[in-house]
Amino acid sequence: MVKKIKNLKEFSLSNDRFEGANLMCPGCSHNIIVREVLNATDDPVIVATATGCLEVCTAVYPKTSWDVSWIHIGFENAAVAAATVSAAYEVMKKKGKLPPATQKMVDEGREPKIVAFAGDGGTYDIGFQSLSGAFERGHNFMYVCLDNEVYANTGGQRSSSTPIGASTTTSPAGSVSYGEKMMKKSMVEIMADHGAPYVAQVSPSKWKDLVKKVQKGFEVYGPVYINAQSACTTEWKHAPEDTIEVSDLGVDSCVWPLYEIINERDEHGIIYSTKLNITYRPKTKIPVEEYLAAQPRFRHLFKPENRHIIDLWQKAVDARWEYLQKREEAGV
Amino acid sequence: MAKKYELNEVEVWDGNMAAAHALRQAQVDILAAYPITPSTPIVQNYSKFLADGYVDGEFIMVESEHSAMSGCVAASAAGVRAATATSSQGFALMVEVLYQASGMRLPIVLTVVNRALAAPLNVNGDHSDMYLGRDAGWINLCSYNPQEAYDLTLMAFKIGEDLNVRLPVMVHQDGFICSHTAQNVKPMQDEEAAEFIGEFKPVNSMLDVSNPVTHGVQTEEDWHFEHKARQHHDLMNSVETIKKVFKEFEDRTGRKYDMVYTYKMDDADVAIFALGTTVESAQIAADQMREKGIKAGVVSLRVLRPFPFNEIADVLGNVKAIGVMDRSAPGGTFGAMFNEISAALLARGKSPVVLNYIYGLGGRDTTIEMLKGVYEDLAKSAEAGEAVVPLQQFVGLRGPKLAFY
Repeated sequence: MVKKIKNLKEFSLSNDRFEGANLMCPGCSHNIIVREVLNATDDPVIVATATGCLEVCTAVYPKTSWDVSWIHIGFENAAVAAATVSAAYEVMKKKGKLPPATQKMVDEGREPKIVAFAGDGGTYDIGFQSLSGAFERGHNFMYVCLDNEVYANTGGQRSSSTPIGASTTTSPAGSVSYGEKMMKKSMVEIMADHGAPYVAQVSPSKWKDLVKKVQKGFEVYGPVYINAQSACTTEWKHAPEDTIEVSDLGVDSCVWPLYEIINERDEHGIIYSTKLNITYRPKTKIPVEEYLAAQPRFRHLFKPENRHIIDLWQKAVDARWEYLQKREEAGV
Repeated sequence: MAKKYELNEVEVWDGNMAAAHALRQAQVDILAAYPITPSTPIVQNYSKFLADGYVDGEFIMVESEHSAMSGCVAASAAGVRAATATSSQGFALMVEVLYQASGMRLPIVLTVVNRALAAPLNVNGDHSDMYLGRDAGWINLCSYNPQEAYDLTLMAFKIGEDLNVRLPVMVHQDGFICSHTAQNVKPMQDEEAAEFIGEFKPVNSMLDVSNPVTHGVQTEEDWHFEHKARQHHDLMNSVETIKKVFKEFEDRTGRKYDMVYTYKMDDADVAIFALGTTVESAQIAADQMREKGIKAGVVSLRVLRPFPFNEIADVLGNVKAIGVMDRSAPGGTFGAMFNEISAALLARGKSPVVLNYIYGLGGRDTTIEMLKGVYEDLAKSAEAGEAVVPLQQFVGLRGPKLAFY
């Protein structure tokens, strides 16, 4: 059942199934994203979480911040955990052996939504095999990557999501290094190429866009991938109160474009149409430099010897924005 | 509703088929698995049962053993019956999640077809995978032939799912010699097996939306110790349930199982301790030694974990010499069973000669002659009242004799 959302005030006060009383850093985007995802529906939700900031900060025995059923197994298996809970749900539904309260919800057209949350380490790197397998098998669940572009929980090491030039504890900037050497992995396209019915990139600062995409994802059958920008006050090193501003800089510079990819299938499961839609177009596309300047993890790039990396960044962002627009225009 | 599978009073099954039928009769809700020799036929057979309408649950062919066990953990936490099968490298890949399964108190059943661990790569049977996971907090049941693989797999569900236990259970069988060797097996009919195992009893099911539950929490120095202590406490106390289930099974089938298996131990002077198919070979060797006037017996474990410390000390305490056969590369010390059995004997004030034999690695054939050679060593040591050979010997090895200690 799609939840009607009138305005931010109402949305922010709606049924809270993830408690703010947790151990996350002040200004952490993870909290905002998780609340926005869970509040996008009034249907029952079941959550799997990979090892990471979200997990260690929300389920420290004997306390829990989760007012939904929740499971954490390990770092690399959030996808298979959610996928198998989904499979277990379908088996019990078929056998007519769902718990009575759950059966009642199903009878009212309110099927549980099964959601996995993992960071970029648990998604782009160590959890990628499990994620790829679960998507290939087509389980009905949503996977949300809380992408802060670094192993934040273990103290800020680079991941394959870390963008070029970022200084991390394992790709530190130094007298002979400008920091991370590799470009960020294109996770959204990789997941869309699995044939998932719905894949989208979101930012918590654009909450309506995020909620709309999550609701679309809940409406389709099959695996859904949501890549969520998660500005990290601890590792991006901006002030806690600047989280939303930094997120907006990412979106408005097109470093973090907001778009969706829809794979439409016929009754045999054959994809007959792939569409990419850009869902937010900045009125004025701001220079990437402004986004980088807001985050001390990139401070060293402003030294004369590293300025070429800022130029490279701008070129890469422009090329990618161009690519997305071309795909959108071509309807592919 | 799954179709009933018409079974003969006696079927000719290998260990894999026996395990597959037990999983089918348990009507597992989620079987998540990944193929690996020599356990592959378990999941192939199960898939065929599903394809022919004999299974109502779901078979999920995942992309790795890590995901197979992770899927079982998630399914079990969701409140459904979950099981899988594996061997060797696949088992090794599962190890991280084996600890999560037991720590989260989820009654998953894992049928393990024992195989050597690489390197060098080897597909044949030894017990290095069993030894790798023995301390993972699971109940470990050991079979020596297809009948026992079937019986113990059925019992594994009933033991693990008992509300006083709520722990995962492994059932071991030897790669190829048990898993691929067809023998007579007397199965239960489907309805009797279902009645014996009983309905799955969900505890803290994630699927119950009226009762949100948090599975897989973090505990640090303030609570971790208490959790692990409670887990060990319940694993130790599972003996009571194991014995109860063995008894109920015996009442139904006439097939008797005990924590420790013994053969001709009442008057034995020397004994071989072994696991797996070697137990049956050792019985033949013991009989042949008895023809020569040597009072030989055989001891094995039916339950590797929880370890039957007192029973082992009791059955082996009065013999003069024991040969402990370890079918796993010892990695710089004695074999694991040698250490555990020696500890049990010492703690109970018993001091027979205890010798350690490393044998059968990577599927090297274990012959009756070899086992008789072990009995010869034991008989000589028993007569001398001390070890007359090195404490650790590699037997069945080509090239120069290898011995330590």
